[in-house]
Amino acid sequence: MKNFETFSGVVAPLDRANVDTDAILPKQYMKLISKYGYGDYLFDNWRYEDEGQPGDDCSLRPLAKDFVLNKASFRSAQILLCRDNFGCGSSREHAPWALRDFGIKVLISSSFAEIFQGNCLKNGLLPVVLAKSRVDQLFDLAEAELPLTLTVDLLGQRVVSPDGEVDIFEIDAFRKKCLLEGLDEISVALEHANDVRAYELRRRLSEPWLFPE
Amino acid sequence: MPKTLLHKLWNAHTVREGPAGSAVLYIDRHLVNEVTSPQAFEGLSVAGRRPWRGDTVIATSDHNVPTRELEMGIRDPLARTQVQTLERNCETFGLKQYRLGEHGQGILHVTGPELGATLPGMTIVCGDSHTSTHGAFAALAFGIGTSEIEQVLATQCLLVSRMATMNIQIEGTLPWRVTAKDLALFIIRKIGTAGATGYAIEFSGSTVRGMSMEARMTLCNMAIEAGARVGLIGVDETTLTYLHGRSYAPKGEAWDAACLYWRGLRSDEGAIFDKTLRLDAREITAQVSWGTSPQMTCDVTGQIPDPLDEPDMSIRQAMVHALKYMGLQGGTQIQAVELDKIFIGSCTNARLEDLRAAARIVEGRKISKRIRQALVVPGSQAVKAMAEAEGLDKVFSDAGFEWREPGCSMCLGMNEDRLLPGERCASTSNRNFEGRQGQGGRTHLVSPVTAAAAALAGHFVDPRTL
Repeated sequence: MKNFETFSGVVAPLDRANVDTDAILPKQYMKLISKYGYGDYLFDNWRYEDEGQPGDDCSLRPLAKDFVLNKASFRSAQILLCRDNFGCGSSREHAPWALRDFGIKVLISSSFAEIFQGNCLKNGLLPVVLAKSRVDQLFDLAEAELPLTLTVDLLGQRVVSPDGEVDIFEIDAFRKKCLLEGLDEISVALEHANDVRAYELRRRLSEPWLFPE
Repeated sequence: MPKTLLHKLWNAHTVREGPAGSAVLYIDRHLVNEVTSPQAFEGLSVAGRRPWRGDTVIATSDHNVPTRELEMGIRDPLARTQVQTLERNCETFGLKQYRLGEHGQGILHVTGPELGATLPGMTIVCGDSHTSTHGAFAALAFGIGTSEIEQVLATQCLLVSRMATMNIQIEGTLPWRVTAKDLALFIIRKIGTAGATGYAIEFSGSTVRGMSMEARMTLCNMAIEAGARVGLIGVDETTLTYLHGRSYAPKGEAWDAACLYWRGLRSDEGAIFDKTLRLDAREITAQVSWGTSPQMTCDVTGQIPDPLDEPDMSIRQAMVHALKYMGLQGGTQIQAVELDKIFIGSCTNARLEDLRAAARIVEGRKISKRIRQALVVPGSQAVKAMAEAEGLDKVFSDAGFEWREPGCSMCLGMNEDRLLPGERCASTSNRNFEGRQGQGGRTHLVSPVTAAAAALAGHFVDPRTL
């Protein structure tokens, strides 16, 4: 995982509530066994006019011209502005992989589904939760004629608008550290291997049937 | 101080406290499927790690497997590679697996409990959001992503944020031909698909106590559709009776000791929940979803709501969008909606009890000529064998259904069982998202009873009238 650095990026507004992970990455691409290469298939059913299959050359497929990420100003968007309950449904981590591979670094919404939110953090994607009223305002700004650019500063836990308005967001200290330093969580966890062994010894006594020889 | 079931399970599995109320939890059971695991095994291999406790893993292919002509193998080369990759990974790392066609193979959320691999007091994870199903056994069970699969394989632990607690207390007996599925859809309709985000839902009350384990699993399975990663039901005699004698369940003295411990796995009298919702089961009727989110649901006797009656503009917009996708109009009686396909299956509703309930409706009758395809996909090889021993396969075949091999099948349409664009399906699965059962396909979520009734009529019908 790459270190998360402060950046300024274009905001693409996706004005739909309850966007599910089936929509973010349709099932046929879950047949692939790689962790990378899903960017062309992001929002496949909404982004293209035809039904895609893994391995298709997506540059030859007909685009749905009204879809937000197909508009010239949003093709290189790094921030996706979303509505309530974004990422609901299936636990597929392929959804954050597709967002990451497309080039999205930050998602802003009034709420995210839990499993999806966790999956994002494991892949260097930052989900930012802001108040619903503020998300509404950002939609108005992002849908205006000129694309909206926001600066996201994870260290300071803030999103800065061009007019200087600052939105502070919350993130737990451990997740923040992992993102900032691009840490491998498993290595961090294995530093506490002795705690796990001690726990297993206690548990063997209290619930021995869970440790069949 | 009285404790909730969640708190008991949480405390029993805390290896170490984490930041902001989170904890590193120890994982007792890890169910592994072919679709969400390959990248996790690859990560493990690349880092040169071994599974911490391989004996906690049970693996099988369910999402991507064909449901007929198993002897022909898997024709789709990508699906075949994925299934073979799981088989190879299990061999490499010495993990227990059930191969295609083998007794023990099926949808993991059906086979886990059936094998007794799901036990009260466990933490259970799987790279699948419907892992909430196992909470019916008072297990803390939740879906995880692929990175977390790798982490559990490598460390047997996960850093988890503490959920808030929601008690959904349901009293009374569900009316005739109204099932746990209808209750689940009714709850989601009431609280919304994000209504329980951040919560673990505990289902309680006399309705739940009166339910079979199969019905309880259906209820907990759908907790995720209300946004809750975890569904829970306390242990009672029904739980213990179900588990007794199953392959992985403890035997002899160990069984007695386990039961003693398990009986305490329920919320204490007077335990305080962050939120409580009370429902009267007698007021619930058969439910049918009409839109593209499980919360877009109405009574089988009701109408599809008219967006013009909705004051909130963003909800109205979502309704308009959903109705357009579904090819429906607000104000229509749901019973006037005609169907093309019927799907009875999935981790929500493919257990023996579900198949029996549907079979009782169709026995001695024929499905409507309108219906192009009606599938029954048992949840596991064991369910299939038991159903066949009772002659249910014959009941379904005689009525015009296709009797298939177990798997996730048309619930998510990863294999060849799917809807074509514009096709409308009464489905016993759990999600009616756009394209879920096939691009352009239109899904209506219902119980097995309602799906069977709809198959006979060719449109939705109140199962009480049959």
